[in-house]
Amino acid sequence: MKILLSKPGLDGHDVGVKVLAHALKNAGFKVIYTGLRKSVDKILDIAEAHDVDAIGLSILSGTHLIIAENLKQAMEKRNLHFKWVVGGNIPQRDVDALMRFGPDRVFPTGTQIQDVIIYFDSIKKK
Amino acid sequence: MTEINKKAILKDVFLESGISVKPLYTRKDIESFDIESELPGQYPFTRGIHAEMYRKRPFTIRQYAGFASPEETNERFHFLLKNGQTGLNVAFDLPTQCGLDSDSAEAVGEVGRVGMTVDSLNDFEIAFKNIDLNKITVSLTINGSAIVLIAMYIALAEKWGYDISQLRGTAQNDILKEFIGRGTWIFPVDKSVKLVIDTIEYCAQNVPNYSPVSVCGYHIRESGANPIQEMAYAFCIAKAYSDGTIKRGLHIDEFASRLSFNFDIYGNFFEQIAKFRGGRKLWAKIIREEYHSENDKSCWMRMIAGGGGGGLTKEQPENNIIRSAYYALVSALSGTQTMALCSYDEAYTIPTEKAAEISLRTMQILIHEMGICDTVDPLGGSYYVEALTNQFEKEIREEMKKVDEWGGIVNAVAKGKIQESVSKQAYERELGRQNGDIPKVGLNIFKREEEAKSVDFHPYNAAAAELQIAKVKRLRKERNNVLVNTLLNQIKEDAIADKNLMPSIIAAVKAYATVGEIIGLLKDCYGEFDEPIFF
Repeated sequence: MKILLSKPGLDGHDVGVKVLAHALKNAGFKVIYTGLRKSVDKILDIAEAHDVDAIGLSILSGTHLIIAENLKQAMEKRNLHFKWVVGGNIPQRDVDALMRFGPDRVFPTGTQIQDVIIYFDSIKKK
Repeated sequence: MTEINKKAILKDVFLESGISVKPLYTRKDIESFDIESELPGQYPFTRGIHAEMYRKRPFTIRQYAGFASPEETNERFHFLLKNGQTGLNVAFDLPTQCGLDSDSAEAVGEVGRVGMTVDSLNDFEIAFKNIDLNKITVSLTINGSAIVLIAMYIALAEKWGYDISQLRGTAQNDILKEFIGRGTWIFPVDKSVKLVIDTIEYCAQNVPNYSPVSVCGYHIRESGANPIQEMAYAFCIAKAYSDGTIKRGLHIDEFASRLSFNFDIYGNFFEQIAKFRGGRKLWAKIIREEYHSENDKSCWMRMIAGGGGGGLTKEQPENNIIRSAYYALVSALSGTQTMALCSYDEAYTIPTEKAAEISLRTMQILIHEMGICDTVDPLGGSYYVEALTNQFEKEIREEMKKVDEWGGIVNAVAKGKIQESVSKQAYERELGRQNGDIPKVGLNIFKREEEAKSVDFHPYNAAAAELQIAKVKRLRKERNNVLVNTLLNQIKEDAIADKNLMPSIIAAVKAYATVGEIIGLLKDCYGEFDEPIFF
């Protein structure tokens, strides 16, 4: 099970995504991290190149809706079907709007690390 | 084992820095130090950099602010000034911080979102309208593109007829910490440091009252460093900038008095105070003993120290008001020069006006109601605080030696060594918070069952972003483009010749060359940083 963790947009807050990278690695997943400021196309390139099982987007600057829409469109255009999730500073009121762009799950600030691990375990089994 | 330990079977206590804390400190713990002779305003300044400290003038209050458009920012500045704030701390949006113009494809959705947008000098002219640059000290929170924004501030002052040899102000401009945390780096590490040194050299020679760099332990700590590492890495960074400036032929006393620091406050109360007192002493010794400074002012560890976002929680956010008040007290008891507090809603949004006002009032209550300004260094002589201060001085020095073993801070950052170790600590810290080893009220102890879901958010102003984009497009048509191109070419030539870029950038921004154009051409010359990935 290979997970790509990514930082789309210009947001430089990477403490959370690196915490999660450590946690998922320790939980036995293979983790790839893109580094900061990657476009959605670049993220999809990396996802394809490594044939990952899921993509995680970490967004804390407030641009989650715009980026999610961009990713959805880019995947449609390129006929890609990655399972993807969004984590970060996502206000509760934006979660429904965000889900309409097709992520499998949204993990707002305050999510327990264990819950993220349980989620990835659950998609591994399917 | 001491008497007290035998009776109560007390648990061992370790500070975040790993220092063990005894249940009682007595005269014996400080007997070997020469505390009696230490006085505020005298080298090595453990008790404060000024003899009278806040009795003469309280710390400066300087909240971080900056909203969307330069017009809105100007309004906010006038609001803060009317409410008694004495300094301005400007936040910029991410495109400006990353050196992109508002109309760039990468800037979509980000224009004006986390701070003010600046494309050209025209935006500064609007943002600082009717603000007397002689009376107010403006702090620019900018790093990757700092050389352009500092040049713009100097250009603005010159254009408005100020004497720049008297101009005051501060820029964050600490690129090395951006590689460790915060992330708005642009160029490779060596070129990034070169640009910082250009600003130090230029300011020392032309704008001597301007503080071109504020070295930030703050973001390093937020990224996972403990309080010892926060100070040690910041000092290593300040030394790297100093070494580079000295290589240009300047003497330490020509610029060191204008270097300042930005530190973080959260966690253990006394640990933070000792961190600052011990750090201040060590920095003074480094500048005097290693750099042979003959000027006391060069030895001052001047700082802005405020409440750190890392201590705040999204859960029960009102508790953050209480936390911030304690952080403010720590900062004042540590002899800070300037204070800024994270607002209670800052764990999940840009502060609302109400939250920003509470932060301002918190600091004003401390100054005007608590008697905090009456006497200098009131904790001086405390057995515990002095013992811990002494320990911090030693431990920070030890940590700095480790960086030397990595080949120095520039090398350690370029290779990702520091990033690797702090991100691992951030993971351990988060685990501790999630499993309750690190108690956080409202988060892992004394939790409320039902969390109130409705919280106020600072709204994003999409219309303002559209106006800003239209404005920069219009600017490109209306300005003298022949002149702009000539001046941009000059920057390129100076970059290739490895000259100080400040003069040519100041000339270009005066002709309304944009941030994106200047940073863009420097990317062509220098390339971009290739981020080492560690976790």
